[in-house]
Amino acid sequence: MANKQLKKAMPVQQKYQKLAQQKEPPRPIFKNCVRAFIAGGTICLIGQGIMEAMVHWFHFDEKKAGDPTVAILILISVILTSLGVYDKIAQWAGAGTAVPVTGFANSLCSSAIEHRSEGIVLGVGGNMFKLAGSVIVFGTVAAFIIGIIHWLLGGGGS
Amino acid sequence: MLLGHRTWKFENRPAIAAAAAVVGPEEGEGPLADDFDIIHADPYVQQDSWEKAERALMEEASNLAIKKANLTKEQVQFYVGGDLLNQIVSSTFNARTLSIPYIGVFGACSTSMESLALAALLVDSGNADTVLAGTCSHNSTAEKQFRYPTEYGSQKPPTAHFTVTGAGAAIVRSSGPGPVITSATMGRVVDMGIKDPFNMGAAMAPAAFDTIQAHLKETQTEPGDYDMIVTGDLAKVGHGIAKELFQEHQIAMDQTEFNDCGLMIYDVEKKKDLVQAGGSGCACSAVVTYGHLLKRINNGELKRILVAATGALLSPLTFQQGESIPSICHVVCIESGGE
Repeated sequence: MANKQLKKAMPVQQKYQKLAQQKEPPRPIFKNCVRAFIAGGTICLIGQGIMEAMVHWFHFDEKKAGDPTVAILILISVILTSLGVYDKIAQWAGAGTAVPVTGFANSLCSSAIEHRSEGIVLGVGGNMFKLAGSVIVFGTVAAFIIGIIHWLLGGGGS
Repeated sequence: MLLGHRTWKFENRPAIAAAAAVVGPEEGEGPLADDFDIIHADPYVQQDSWEKAERALMEEASNLAIKKANLTKEQVQFYVGGDLLNQIVSSTFNARTLSIPYIGVFGACSTSMESLALAALLVDSGNADTVLAGTCSHNSTAEKQFRYPTEYGSQKPPTAHFTVTGAGAAIVRSSGPGPVITSATMGRVVDMGIKDPFNMGAAMAPAAFDTIQAHLKETQTEPGDYDMIVTGDLAKVGHGIAKELFQEHQIAMDQTEFNDCGLMIYDVEKKKDLVQAGGSGCACSAVVTYGHLLKRINNGELKRILVAATGALLSPLTFQQGESIPSICHVVCIESGGE
């Protein structure tokens, strides 16, 4: 803490940080948003296509067709990750490939592959949720809070 | 002999008798490909883990440097080396294979010149006749340790660096032939409060400025006295800032060719999506110096150069705890031997 305060007090550093900020190329936010929209939309479109196929050809009802759809999307993502393609698509797509379920699968799969050299239990088992763990934790926490709000607003428990 | 506060002048002019540079696939596609001794198309280097691959690169580079100097490893008295991995394992394990008395050093990406300067110091002071200096880095081990799993789909900002896969080693001897190391300036740890680990160029630029200006001052030279001054791995962002800093302090870097190894090793414009701002890593300055620059000195294209290897002394733990990135830079002056 003392360290932090000391840093704030140094004008040389502040001056330098201003210079560094000027020299820093800005992140292409608009371009990233457009790309994320296209990539994320494409993934959702593929998902919708799979779901329609499940309803038409495999006689799932609309509610249950979601499960095999998610499973297939995860499978595609894991295969693309294992082939070393997913990270290259992600550099282009940004949030477009990170937000859908395929991004979650990629985070699990990439961690598992990465730590395979440290063994099955401590390597794969221990590190698989290194990135995905926080998604699960905060997903659950968010769901809990939304649930309470829903209940308070009189939405009931169903 | 000590000049000023932190510059060593090597009066006995230790020579770089031989050097070797081994690189991975991306570096092999870069503009300096012809200058590297071995290019591996396989990022795994026929090993089964990234860490073993990095080690294999280091072993290959050191063995090749020893062989090129027409020596056997028994004739090499000390090995000074380090790398980016925790507990500098790549160098330690390489030292185990070589079984040469080993001095492990860590200066992050500045290790290349730190180890070379120490090797020169050992030889110049008469405490050794033949010393091996070397360092290595691997893109995937660095990603794994400092960032995310290699296959994880995260988007990198344009300020990010791409760690060089490769290893460089040099044999420093008390007498030539070969380019000579005439002086070296050791860096201070400089921290300007930059916290973004995806913008290491900005974190390291002040360190590069600090050590280079100290070297010029203490050796009473100016940029025009050197054919080339290269920084280690500031890449596009850091190099731009460094130029600005020199201009601000009226040090005429335009008298010389001022460049950066991180910009030289890749075709940064063409490979922008992959390398972003440019290269980094211990191997960045090592392979550019030991592969490319020494060849140009031997050709007679360059007479006297300054290599300022820059290092960002962060760990994954420190940046997660919100600390800024301390940086360092070590400068070595290499001249052509035939005078």
